[in-house]
This record gives sequence, structure tokens and C-alpha cells, in this order.
Amino acid sequence: MKSLTNLLRQTAAGLRVLLVMTVLLGVLYPLAVWGVTRLPGLRDNAEGSIVRVNDTAAGSELIGVDPVDPRAKDDPTADRWFHTRPSATVPPADGQSQLGPDDVLPSGGSNKAGDNDDLRKAVEERRAAVAARERVDPARVPADAVTASASGLDPHISRDYAELQAPRVARENGIPEQRVRDLVAEHTQGRPLGVLGEPGVNVTTLNLAVQREAGR
Amino acid sequence: MSPTLAGLAQVGLLVVALAVCYRPLGDHMARVYTAEGHWKVERALYRIVRVNPDSEQRWTTYAAGVLGFSFVSIVLLYLLQRLQPLLPLDLGRGAVDPGIAFNTAVSFVTNTNWQSYSPEAVLGHTVQMAGLTVQNFVSAAVGMAVAVALVRGFVRARTDRLGNFWVDLTRGVTRVLLPIAFVAAIVLVALGAVMSLARGVQITGVDGVQRTLALAPAASQEVIKELGTNGGGIFNANSSHPFENPNAWTNLFEIFLILLIPVALTRTLGTMVGDRKQGYVLLSVMGLLWGALLTVAWWAESHPNGVASLAAGAAMEGKEVRFGIPSTALFAVSTTGTSTGAVNGMHDSLTGLGGGVTLLNMLLGEVAPGGVGAGLYGILVMAVIAVFLAGLMVGRTPEYLGKKLGRREVTAAAIAMLSMPTVVLVGTGVALLLPSTTGFLNNPGAHGLSEVLYAYASTGNNNGSAFGGLTVTSDFFQSTLGLAMLFGRFLPILAVLALAGSLAQQRKVPPTVGTLPTGSPLFAGMLLGTVVLVAALTFLPALALGPIAEALA
Repeated sequence: MKSLTNLLRQTAAGLRVLLVMTVLLGVLYPLAVWGVTRLPGLRDNAEGSIVRVNDTAAGSELIGVDPVDPRAKDDPTADRWFHTRPSATVPPADGQSQLGPDDVLPSGGSNKAGDNDDLRKAVEERRAAVAARERVDPARVPADAVTASASGLDPHISRDYAELQAPRVARENGIPEQRVRDLVAEHTQGRPLGVLGEPGVNVTTLNLAVQREAGR
Repeated sequence: MSPTLAGLAQVGLLVVALAVCYRPLGDHMARVYTAEGHWKVERALYRIVRVNPDSEQRWTTYAAGVLGFSFVSIVLLYLLQRLQPLLPLDLGRGAVDPGIAFNTAVSFVTNTNWQSYSPEAVLGHTVQMAGLTVQNFVSAAVGMAVAVALVRGFVRARTDRLGNFWVDLTRGVTRVLLPIAFVAAIVLVALGAVMSLARGVQITGVDGVQRTLALAPAASQEVIKELGTNGGGIFNANSSHPFENPNAWTNLFEIFLILLIPVALTRTLGTMVGDRKQGYVLLSVMGLLWGALLTVAWWAESHPNGVASLAAGAAMEGKEVRFGIPSTALFAVSTTGTSTGAVNGMHDSLTGLGGGVTLLNMLLGEVAPGGVGAGLYGILVMAVIAVFLAGLMVGRTPEYLGKKLGRREVTAAAIAMLSMPTVVLVGTGVALLLPSTTGFLNNPGAHGLSEVLYAYASTGNNNGSAFGGLTVTSDFFQSTLGLAMLFGRFLPILAVLALAGSLAQQRKVPPTVGTLPTGSPLFAGMLLGTVVLVAALTFLPALALGPIAEALA
């Protein structure tokens, strides 16, 4: 009986502590952090590192959005854009391309294992689709081009995958190929400090640069 | 620079950063939990909540505080989710389904942060901040308080008092977690992370198509999610989402935050017991395990063997380009060696061996280096067992940190040690007996079994990472995984507090020539052996059917 009253007393104290903590940690703390991030220099990051073109939000530097080119519908080789990695946020319906989708609201990966035969089939379909689009030998398609990222929003592709797409992007946009390769180099992010993470090419900013270059 | 060299240099930087903070933070925490005086704000808080900060508690009252506080936390968090439409900034996401709300409430209160929901679709900003962020802090502070109570059990003599739970809880928040989190959140935004109260932002891409990118108050929750070894993402993709973890800088910073407190707490122990070597011994065991598992995971991810990975040419499914293989392996081992469970790559898509390493890391009892507080009391329990085993070999009453380990102490330690394996194996076994379970798997064969084992290992250890392909929204999984989190959290806590109470009542025994020197490399070896042996004896059969079978296929 005594221990039960003790438990009840502690629980009542717990409720009071919890309510105070909720005000401190659940309201004051996040709002204070939010307030500080209103400062210039932090605000743009806090609101998603949005890139603007003519005052219109054209994308986030951090988020990879796979662009859809209507011209590619009948002839994939006529596609004008650099493409991101495949995304598994929405599983493709039967017969649909394994390279999409273009929906970016949910985030996540496929959670398929390395020994999953469905994943093997998807990888092979993607490899064939990319090789056909770029008119190259399937063996040249790099791993990041045929695997879905963890977030489904990976803004980066490997340098190899970007170089693979460069001739098509140059041709379809009427830009000299060398110029496109220079843009790829410009939009390649190396390892910070030379050792952190892995290098990658930012597809979002690269496509915007291509658009600018093509004068559209 | 080759990826391997760069990756090694990155690990080196991480270790240096942790080493630099080890002493100041460890000693700071020792002062936090031993200082007599209260801060003015703390006094005000104690007055509001009507607790006397200077009254000390027996272990039973301390435990009642832990349980009572956790109970009301679960109730409040459940209600917040169920009543979401009445709250501001709910983003029209509606009341959370009862099964999800129960599971999520238990999950965040037990420091697990297992997520059976997709945050972008289910939770608005108010539940994230006033519900989940709060539990990110206080569940971590509870873990630290329990660890400190155990340390006091060793330090104190001939008393039945372990300290005041409300004071330990409050100080953990006001003097450790909150100041670090506030600064770290600003740093994280400066490095690129998102901190927005907006619902999302409309973009019109190069293709002219309009899309909406979801935004959230991410940074303030992201930092405490790592610092408090919680792990619940504000976005579904967790720390692989570019808004939570935008680049290699933030990635390393987040790994650093994950490891910071668990590592420094070994210093706190050494300082509080007045023998720093005791802390170094525990840290060396944690470090060895972490290093060994990192090596295996890194190697495994660089040498994939599954048909799909071989077809792709590399194990890049479920990994982000900016992190690649080395940084994903580093994150995966750090998040499962602590009780964090945040991920920067999808663990379900790790290779057979790599995924097996993350699983084993949890099944070792999360002591490499373990969750905030939970890691320290977890390894202290293993140390008690190791000393006991050594005592059996030479036929002497075992002693550890100046206290004799009698029947009560060893019984309490054994309960603390065995509750997790019981929860994990019973849960997995029951789930596998049900024919319906196969329908919830995302992968066939041995990997499917690993998905179920991983779910119970993660919840039973309060980790929260997942082989995310498993569909866990059925009533069976929501409730049994919820129970696994509750038992996995509170059985060891009760046993640890009982152990602390029993130790505190004893008098100190001065070391004699017959005392096993526990500050020596020899004891570190014995402790390491005990941790590995216990896990191996308990889990080898289950591991053989899952990840080992997959890795050898």
C-alpha cells in the first residue's frame, strides 16, 4: 500500500515535470532555434536552400528531382536533361519505367536486399534503359545509375554517370559537348577537407546551368 | 585520394574530435551529477513542480520516479497524436491511428524511436516539436540518470539513498543536453540543414513541372535525435534525407553527436569513482568492438555478394552518393552500437554481412559504446558478470569498484543482462510461428528472417533502426514491438536500480592482493570476451539462419 502511494506520488510529480519540460523543450527550444535561423546567412539554409530563377523557386540545391522531358516520351534519346538516380519512393507500376518516379513528397528507399531477385531484375531493366537512352554499351552504366538511393531524393550522381549523359545533353540542347563537360566539372562537389564523404555531381544545379546555357 | 584512405582519414578525424571532448565533457558531467548547488532556473522549476531537490531517494522511489514519469509521457504523447487535428500546425494530417499512436508513444518514451509511420504523411509540426522533441530530450536524460544512480551505488557506502531522480533528470536536460543541442542545432543549419515551420515549398523545375518539397523544423530535432541517441527522423528517410543530413560535413557532425555522450560517460565514471583507469578499460572495450565491427561492415559493403548488387556493380542500393560506402558504414555501425537507430542509408539494403554486423552490434547489448546512459549501465552490468565469472574460476567472492558482488548483486545483473535476449528471441520466435508474417516481408529467403529478427533486436534494445522493408502496421507487430520496447527498456532499468540500491548499502572493501585488478588490460580482455561470448551463445543460431546464411550464399 505504501509503495503504491509512493508510485502515485511520483507519477503526479512526473506529470508536473513533463508539462514544464514540454514548454521548455517542445516550445521554447525549437522556437528559439527557429528564431536564430531567421538571421541572414542561416535563413536560406533553414528554408531548404532554394535556388531561384527569375524569382521563381526552381528547386532545392539539396533535393534531386528527376526532370521529365515530354520529348523523351517517344524517343528517350531526345531527352534534354541530366537525370538523377532512380528513386524508390513510389514503386513503379507494371511496365512502367524503373527510372522514375517524379514524385518527391514522400522520401525513402526500396529496402530491397542485395540478393533479392526482384531488385536484380529492376537493376537490369534500368541498365538497359539508361544504355538505350545514352546509346552506350550497357557495361558502361555505373552502379549509382541503376540503384535507388536511400532518400529517393539524392541530388547527386557519380561523375561517371554525368559524363555518360553529357553527349546526349549537349546534342539535344545544342550546346558544344566540351561546354557541357565543363559544366559537369563545375557542378561536381569534391570531398570536404579532401576526406569527408564521397564526391558527386549535383544534378539540380547542373540542369539549371544547362537551361541557362541553352538560353531557355 | 583513394576512397579507402579518405574514409580512414575521416574516421581518424572523428576519433580526434571525440578525444578532444572526452575529458572536458566527461568531467563536466561528473560535476553536474555531484554538485550540491542548484541553478536559479532549476530552483524555479523544482518550485513549480513541487519537488524538494535536496531530498534523496531510495532505489525504489527512484525507480517509481522513472516509471511514473515514463508512464505519463506515454499517455501525453499518445493523446497529442490522437488529438492532432485540434493542435496548431497540424498541416491537416488528421488524428493518428491508435495502433501507430501507441507504438510511437512507447517508442519515443523508451528512447527507441522505432517508426511505424511515415512522418511526412502522418505528423504535423506541433506533435513533432511538443511531443517527439521533448521525449528525445527526456528519454535521454532518464538513461543518464539511471547510469549515474548505478555509479553512485559503487561510490557511496552504507546508505540506502541513490540521489534524487527529478534533480538528475532536470540537470541532464539543463546542464548537458539542452546547451549542446542548442548550439549544435545552429551549427547544423549553418552547415545546410532545414529548420522551417512551413509545410513545404512549391518548386517549378527545369521541366516546368510544379512539385512540393516537404519542409519541417528539422535541425532542432535532428541534433537531439543524435545527441540523445534517439534516432527518429522528422522525415521518412531519416538522416539520409538531404534536409536532415545535407552533406558530408553534417554527416560527420551527426556521427560525432551520436558518439559524444556515450563515450564521455566512461570518463564521468572514472572521475566519479576516483579511478580514471576504470573508465579507460570500459572505453577500450567499446572502442575495440566499434572498430572491429566498422572494419567488417566497411569490407562487406565494398565486397557485395548478392545477385542484385553484383548486377549493379556495387552495393549502392539504399545509399546516397554524397556518403558512399565508407560514410554509410561508419554511420551504420555508430548508430547500432549506440541506441540511436538513425540511418543515413537503408539497412535493409546493406549486404548480408554488413546488415549482419548492424544486427550483431545491437545484439551485443548496445555497448559499443551504447546509448546515452544505457551504454554505461549496460557495460557496467557486463563488467559485474565478468568479475563474477572470474571469481568463479578462482573461488573468491568477486569485487568490483570496491564493492563485493554477492548473490543479490549478481542476480540483479543477470536479470539486466538476460531480459533483452528473452524479449528478442521470444518476440522473433512468436512472429515467425505466425503464417501471416511471411506476407509482411519485403525480401525472400534468409533476408526475410533477418527482417523479423532485426525488428525485435532493434525494439528490444531500444535502437529503433529497421530493416525497413518489413510491414509493421499490423496490430500484431504494433503491439508486440511496443511491448518489446517497454520490456527491453524498463526490465534492465529496474534491475540496474536494484543493483545500485544493493551496492550503495554495502561498505567499501579496500583492494587486497587477492582482488582482481579491474583497471588493467587483462580485465578489458575478459570483459570483451564476456560481451562477445554472451551474445554468441545466445544469438548464434538465429544469426546463422539469417545474415550468416545470406552472406555465405
